[in-house]
Amino acid sequence: MHITADKGRCVGAAQCVLAAPAVFDQDEQGLVAPVTVDPAGADWPAVRQAVHLCPSSAIRIDEE
Amino acid sequence: MTETSGHDIPSFPMARECPMHPPAEYRELRGREPVSRVRMPDGQVAWLVLKHGLARKLLADPRVSADRLHPAFPGRLTAEQRAAPERVRRLSTRRSMIHLDGDEHGAHRKILTGEFSLRRIAALRPRVQEIVDRSIDEMLAAPQPADLVEHVSQAVPSLVICELLGVPHEQRRDFHEWAGMLVSRSVSIRERAAASDALNDFLEDLVTEKERGEPTDDLIGRLIARNRRTPVMTHDEIVGTAVMLLVAGHQTTANMISLGVVALLENPEHKARIAADPSLLPPAIEEMLRYFSVVENAPARVATEDIEIGGVTIRQNEGIVVSGLAADWDDEVFEHPDRLDFERGARHHVAFGYGVHQCLGQNLARVELEIVFETLLRRVPGLSLAVPAEELPYKDDAGIYGIYRMPVNC
Repeated sequence: MHITADKGRCVGAAQCVLAAPAVFDQDEQGLVAPVTVDPAGADWPAVRQAVHLCPSSAIRIDEE
Repeated sequence: MTETSGHDIPSFPMARECPMHPPAEYRELRGREPVSRVRMPDGQVAWLVLKHGLARKLLADPRVSADRLHPAFPGRLTAEQRAAPERVRRLSTRRSMIHLDGDEHGAHRKILTGEFSLRRIAALRPRVQEIVDRSIDEMLAAPQPADLVEHVSQAVPSLVICELLGVPHEQRRDFHEWAGMLVSRSVSIRERAAASDALNDFLEDLVTEKERGEPTDDLIGRLIARNRRTPVMTHDEIVGTAVMLLVAGHQTTANMISLGVVALLENPEHKARIAADPSLLPPAIEEMLRYFSVVENAPARVATEDIEIGGVTIRQNEGIVVSGLAADWDDEVFEHPDRLDFERGARHHVAFGYGVHQCLGQNLARVELEIVFETLLRRVPGLSLAVPAEELPYKDDAGIYGIYRMPVNC
């Protein structure tokens, strides 16, 4: 799984951090800052939930 | 909107039969016409969205506008406001992000996002705890039965916002009184308008003072400093933003506190479990948010283009109301939505809206609710309602659902 996070689209709701705290963080501006863009398998369900909960479609995942 | 004969368009908002449940019509309409026409209180016809999936889809659609001054914006202006051109002028210059679209909205929002990051909110916890403890002290010292709404529900969010905005301590009592009058049933429309003007003037002066002096270390002070480096807002828009933060963060949280306390007291088994293990609180709060969805019909929008959704075509310049409450009781998404299930663990409710306007203060609200409930359970284990829950004065007539007064014995 590969994560693409778009700060331009992010509105700082922090849903991703609440859903997958091991994978997502926020920068000084409160915008999405992935801790890793290639998360471990154990975190995939949480990352999928983060994508589903993000209100502004700022996170994309490619699953190979 | 094409006019059909008036009698087959239901009036909106619809009445509740049970104070803890949405209007029964929602369920029936959702199955029949998930996007249906309703007549607003001012006589305008708008589209009402009742399904969870369609609500999220529409709120995330770039073809809708949040401009409240658009002629088709549902529930836009009351007759009273229309009669006061000065107020309308003020609304139009003191714009804030909740009524902006596109890039302009993005710029207004991004100058604030850092103020509401999880780290920033976590740093506020000790101050929120102090405010909650003081409010509970006052409730315990008051003659019994005491009004939990006055002492806790109203006081906590009001003081937290004062803290956040940087309202000086000596002025907090006035601020709190005006904020309370805005939603009181016992004051006249004239008094309410006066309280609204007083709050607006107060925030106007507060912003002006902070613009003149040394930069203060609070949200408004930091906003002014950032806005100097990269201009985004006019002075009037900074004032409008302060007013918006107060309005958005006060009644919403206050009403969730009242309803949440009733939910806990009416479910003693769950209450005991949470009291013994406060780590159960966050999912319980998430469920309360879904179940009550107090900002029932706030997300109003106007279509900027024709939109095909839920089997209908919403035409350009037609008004839309998204019922978060109806969406959060959609039984295709939430099994047995009428069950308040503290262990449901569903996070995809739309109590805070969805799309780019989703509540920016949501994580502050979560922290306030968590600290209030945890502290009440710990410090006032014998808390009980002085009247049966079904006899409490519920806010059937308000834009944000809740309870006017809650006599409790401590």
